[in-house]
Amino acid sequence: MEITEIYNKLKDKFGDSVKDLIISPPSDAFIAIASDKLFDICLELRDNPEFDFDYLMCISAVDFSENLEVVYHIYSMNKKHKVILKVSVPKENPVVPSIERIWRSADWHEREAYDLLGVVFEGHHNLIRILLPYDWEGHPLRKDYKEPETYHGMKVPY
Amino acid sequence: MTTRKFIDIDFSRIESDRMRLNVGPQHPSTHGVLRLEVELDGEVVTDVIPHIGYLHRCFEKIAENVTYPQVIPYVDRMDYVSSMNNELPYVMAVEKLMGIKVPDKVEYIRVIMSELNRIANHQIAIATFGLDAGAFTPFLYLFRDREYILWIFEKASGARLLFNYFWIGGLANDVYPTFKEDVLNIVKQVRKTNQEIERLLIYNKIFIDRTANVGILPADVAINYACSGPVLRGSGVQFDLRKNEPYSIYDRFDFEIPVGKGEVGTVGDSWDRNIVRMREIEQSCRIIEQAVEQMPNEGDVQQAIPKKVRPPKGEIYFRCENPKGELGFYIISDGKDKPYRVKARAPSFVNLSVLPEISRGYLFADLIVILGSIDIVLGEVDR
Amino acid sequence: METFNFLDKIIGESILSAVLSALLPLIFLIVYALIAILGELKISAWIQERLGPMRTGPYGILQPIAEVVKLLQKEDIVPTNANRLLFNLAPFVMFTGAFAGFAVIPFSPAFAPAHINLGLYYIFAVGAFAVIGIVMGGWASNNKYSLLGAMRSASQMISYEIPGALVVLTAAVLANSLDLQEISLAQSGPFWNWFLFGGPGPWTKIWVIPFTLLLSLIFMITSLAETNRTPFDIPEGESELVGGYHTEYSGMKFAMFFFAEYANMFIVASVLTIVFLGGWNSPFGEFMSGYFWGVFWFTSKAMFIVFLQIWLRWTLPRVRVDQLMFLGWKVLLPFALVCFIVLSLYRILY
Repeated sequence: MEITEIYNKLKDKFGDSVKDLIISPPSDAFIAIASDKLFDICLELRDNPEFDFDYLMCISAVDFSENLEVVYHIYSMNKKHKVILKVSVPKENPVVPSIERIWRSADWHEREAYDLLGVVFEGHHNLIRILLPYDWEGHPLRKDYKEPETYHGMKVPY
Repeated sequence: MTTRKFIDIDFSRIESDRMRLNVGPQHPSTHGVLRLEVELDGEVVTDVIPHIGYLHRCFEKIAENVTYPQVIPYVDRMDYVSSMNNELPYVMAVEKLMGIKVPDKVEYIRVIMSELNRIANHQIAIATFGLDAGAFTPFLYLFRDREYILWIFEKASGARLLFNYFWIGGLANDVYPTFKEDVLNIVKQVRKTNQEIERLLIYNKIFIDRTANVGILPADVAINYACSGPVLRGSGVQFDLRKNEPYSIYDRFDFEIPVGKGEVGTVGDSWDRNIVRMREIEQSCRIIEQAVEQMPNEGDVQQAIPKKVRPPKGEIYFRCENPKGELGFYIISDGKDKPYRVKARAPSFVNLSVLPEISRGYLFADLIVILGSIDIVLGEVDR
Repeated sequence: METFNFLDKIIGESILSAVLSALLPLIFLIVYALIAILGELKISAWIQERLGPMRTGPYGILQPIAEVVKLLQKEDIVPTNANRLLFNLAPFVMFTGAFAGFAVIPFSPAFAPAHINLGLYYIFAVGAFAVIGIVMGGWASNNKYSLLGAMRSASQMISYEIPGALVVLTAAVLANSLDLQEISLAQSGPFWNWFLFGGPGPWTKIWVIPFTLLLSLIFMITSLAETNRTPFDIPEGESELVGGYHTEYSGMKFAMFFFAEYANMFIVASVLTIVFLGGWNSPFGEFMSGYFWGVFWFTSKAMFIVFLQIWLRWTLPRVRVDQLMFLGWKVLLPFALVCFIVLSLYRILY
């Protein structure tokens, strides 16, 4: 199934929560969606046999100065098609519903996005840091991140 | 094959007087600096909580601060036992973003190098898996063979482990004159050792007892956890990006996708994951032989290398079949000479997340075997 | 052939001869341990297509001495929260148990350090010392890995003593004695008189040979389990338990554990030799037999068994703890019991 078809079907079902389909080669086409309906849209993508998206390849969070974007790359093992979803949330309150209960692979990806960019995934069962120490402060992959002077008395920049 | 049961999973853990054992970060069998918090009921594992990040080297942050070609050495350091395979998706992603078409000879050399490195990686995986089960001797046999492969890499790129050999649009330098003969000799040697290992280790009664029916990963769970590579194929899912979504020139070769069939136990057990690696070595040998035969001798490997690597605005997610699974790079370019964002989808990272799911209820010794059968490299898990 | 202690003959039965009788096995043990360590290094190297140690002396033959010196120089670390007394005592208990076993081993018709008529029983009794040492060390280390290793080891060694004891009991039935010298004497003559081949008797004994061969195989397996050697090295299983009961030990105390392991290897090998391979008897009847040849045959047979143990270690993977128990209780024990009954009947009938 082509991404335009997926877009139209989702648009029919979820209305304004599915925002735009953006196609601009050489980039891959993606669908921008509102964060509030993300969980339902993902559930539909997985459970509707027309879509049958059963394989979440990757979740990436990106810092675009005012907004944080979360990008979902999803693939279907049976139908061999893929879709890219993008959710944009304001940096002051970056809350995105967790889809960990739909695809379990989202568990660690979401923890990583939280750890490095501070995206808060609502409904995640164990949203703690994963790569950095549990008591680290700040989210280093944000563009405005300033590294701390010391960590537990150790000098950080060297 | 789809019975989906993860929507109502109960995450509450029962607290009783069970023993909490801290495995790692310094432990002989964690393959690096992985730390597992294991909850034991006697010898039975009731829960495993992986704690990762001890080898976090800020790959993604560094990648935002260096130019596109300068990222390649850092990519090498992710999965340091299969660096060639790591470079491939990265350079191909940037090439695709820039619309570069590389010459045929480059493609062939890349495929041969990647497949050789796949063999080397699988040899380490099988060797350490045997070591986890207590067999020390096959470990050294396989390491001896891997050494021959590393000699080829050394002759071609000057480095044994971290090559920086694939460049955006070409290669660092051409291969040396006797390259083809060397590669064919290696293939012969690899096949010989494979037979030896099958007799010594794979079909050993004790080894089968230790690994068959241990850590069974059903296909639907594997897909739900987005497992890839031998872990996914060990569960009987015939999915290989080289075949299903051919990149580079993999559509020109004739090879098969080995999957776990439950020969000595259940489909998706540790033995199956391991045997998939054994069979993949054989398939890699076939690819190498065909590639060596078809590879053109003439050609400039550097003709397509751009003077300035400055991709247009845009983004790309490109994935390749790494020895450990699907390695994807999500690159966002803002039109400058440095990437705006590079996200690596590391196969070990994703495959490791399935460990708690498949190791509950087995003995502590099995946990080590299961971890070995997943074949992680901590450099890639922590990046 | 007459059996006696040659030291008693030379200097008379006195304290001096008793002390010398005790010292000889100690010297033997030290020399043997060095050779066995070198053997372990070199045999593993051959198996793995390596050279092994090559720098210390010609072909690295001084390597075991270097290793011992290294161990002696190492710092003796006691973990902070360990039980100091038990922690320090454990290696010595273990070594004592291993060395005490040497007291009854008949090296030659002319020399067994202590000639007691319950030798076989005694060896099994002092062999159980090792369990105490291991559990002591594992518990006192205050380390979860050590504790797990000690627990595994206790269950393993106790379980495997039962089939082992049954095998030895069968030998006692065949020889009509528990005295190790008597058992050796009972197998005198050419090699088909060994208990491995059913013991002395007319050619009609041929039908018991499968049972005795099976028994010796059972004993070989049990002996590997009792000395914690691969494929039954789960108490120290490096890949899961780091070092098992000796994780926290270093330096001299680790060396004691190490020595005790090799001593135990020799003891089980010599029990196997005495019980099934005719002890100090020459395989060719009268040819090459005698008091001195006895020492030669005994040590070479025992060393061959030690070689087998080393060979197996570098070939096989490790079994799991439940498989080990399954093998011990549900396979070895019934088979040993059947062989015991059959051979007892054979003994009554003939």
